[in-house]
Amino acid sequence: MTLPVLPILIPLGTAAVLMLAPRRPLLQRWIALAGAALQLAAAIALFRRVEAHGIQVLQVGNWPAPFGITLACDLLSALLVVAVGVVGVAVTASAFAGVDPRREAFGYHPLIQVLLMGVAGAFLTGDFFNLYVWFELMLVASFVLMALHRTSAQVEAAFKYVTINLIASSIFLTALGLLYGAAGTLNMAHLATIWPNVGSPGMDAVLAVLFLLAFSIKAGLFPLFFWLPASYHTPPAAIGAAFAGLLTKVGVYALIRTFTLLFHGAPRPLFLLLLGMSVATMVVGLVAAMNERDFRRILSFNLVGHIGYTTAGLSLLTPAALAGAVFYVLHHIVVITNLFLVSGVLLRVRRTTDLAGLGGLWRSQPLFAVVAMLPIFTLAGVPPFTGFLGKLAIVAGAFEAEAYWTGGIVLLVGLLTLLSMARTFTGAFWKPAEPDRRDMMAPGTPLLAVSAALSLVTVAMTVGAEPLFEIVTRSADQLLSREEYVRAVLGAGGR
Amino acid sequence: MEVLLALASGVLYAAGIYLMLRRRLAQLIIGLGLLSNGTNLLIFTAGGLTRARPPLVPNADTELAAPYADPVPQALILTAIVIGFGLLAFTLVLAHRVHATLGTDDVDEVGRER
Repeated sequence: MTLPVLPILIPLGTAAVLMLAPRRPLLQRWIALAGAALQLAAAIALFRRVEAHGIQVLQVGNWPAPFGITLACDLLSALLVVAVGVVGVAVTASAFAGVDPRREAFGYHPLIQVLLMGVAGAFLTGDFFNLYVWFELMLVASFVLMALHRTSAQVEAAFKYVTINLIASSIFLTALGLLYGAAGTLNMAHLATIWPNVGSPGMDAVLAVLFLLAFSIKAGLFPLFFWLPASYHTPPAAIGAAFAGLLTKVGVYALIRTFTLLFHGAPRPLFLLLLGMSVATMVVGLVAAMNERDFRRILSFNLVGHIGYTTAGLSLLTPAALAGAVFYVLHHIVVITNLFLVSGVLLRVRRTTDLAGLGGLWRSQPLFAVVAMLPIFTLAGVPPFTGFLGKLAIVAGAFEAEAYWTGGIVLLVGLLTLLSMARTFTGAFWKPAEPDRRDMMAPGTPLLAVSAALSLVTVAMTVGAEPLFEIVTRSADQLLSREEYVRAVLGAGGR
Repeated sequence: MEVLLALASGVLYAAGIYLMLRRRLAQLIIGLGLLSNGTNLLIFTAGGLTRARPPLVPNADTELAAPYADPVPQALILTAIVIGFGLLAFTLVLAHRVHATLGTDDVDEVGRER
């Protein structure tokens, strides 16, 4: 029964060992990688158990819910924790390509572990206040990772990032205070049972908007995403990869949790608001991506735009659309992490990620070009890969829910993504390089291997799309029916 | 009492947001501090106020008699204070770093393209 806590405890232990171990880079990298691999193994074990035996619950310290802290792992949490494990292994393995020595001396490896712990904790907790604590933990780690440098662009980006996130946290905490005042509990399952009797439409609207505001800042939804493209392109690629893969997804996860558990009966305009924000996020993100000339900034805007897909799926609140959204989140975590690592290779090879300074890599680094091609075209939504399947599921879900405009815009934005990614691939790899540009360094085996491994994960998700779809559909049913979750946490007498 | 605390919390929010909209880094940080304290006060007030009834079981009894102060909001606030304090300390150091690197404490200057 201790399985749900392992994906949290393992990175904590690894971080402690890393702090105590001698500061020899190679040793630290191996310990970090071993810790991440263990976390992935625990996550997979947890997933298999949830898949076979239903929702796993751990009442911390044996305090019965709703009095103690609950860890609850349904299919959505389990899938996301496995994704955390995958990103963790990828990021720690990419450290073998070299980390800036200053960063490594100032605790780069333990901080990555704390970040992984925070994200896993946020996905596993069954208590809203605990969710806030995990958010903060993950943010503090990300703040320090972001600010561990002295160039003016990085300091500036870190400052913006910290400020906006602290404001979002304050809003989240405000919402929690009001929620506790209204309901007298912050246990998610307990709230799900009593909220229909306690909440009035007015209270629903106020709290839902506060939660929406806080989590949309974290997830990067329009019109609250401007901090993201202003900061994600500055830290080293591995850190950018971890942030891009995981942090915004925690915001999306929190939105899914609150809206399926608490606000499913909220007034209709609220869902229209979320839908409108999602659609605007998609369109603005991708149009802005077309205007960028830097590989990582293009990725940042694509990241923002694609968050819109997942929240659009959520706002329709039908099983098909929600399943599509969950699938898309999983696909996106793997692919965007991969692409940020690719940007790290570009930085190594050409010392820049500006498309103007790239080009010709198809000829000079054919292996790298082939490795990079798969994530780029998966993100673009080229069949048969997961990007295409995820979009297909969301579009089908939208049409089934008779949200024809949403489905149409998703298709249009898919076209924009294709354009943006084709332009990126042409600019970085295909076009002839400027005559004075040559490759400064080889791409480096570790980074290429990690990127290729992540591409293999994508391929596996494509090949195994049918069982995976079955699982995300079950997870959507779990989210929408709520009963299984409540019963698992509160026991048979929960209703 | 509720009205008073609600007003105090509202004033802290307003002052915090006002300070955050100013241009100096120091004001922004003080604003963040005020905002987090306003939030703490809000949790305290929203959790319900019960005067002079600590949630302690008297020696003779085995159960708590009905009107008693809810300890949970206080535990929540305690956690939030600790987190807020840590973050504020970090923000101060970061602001120092911004000043040392960029040579300005004007938020508009920080955001300017270089």
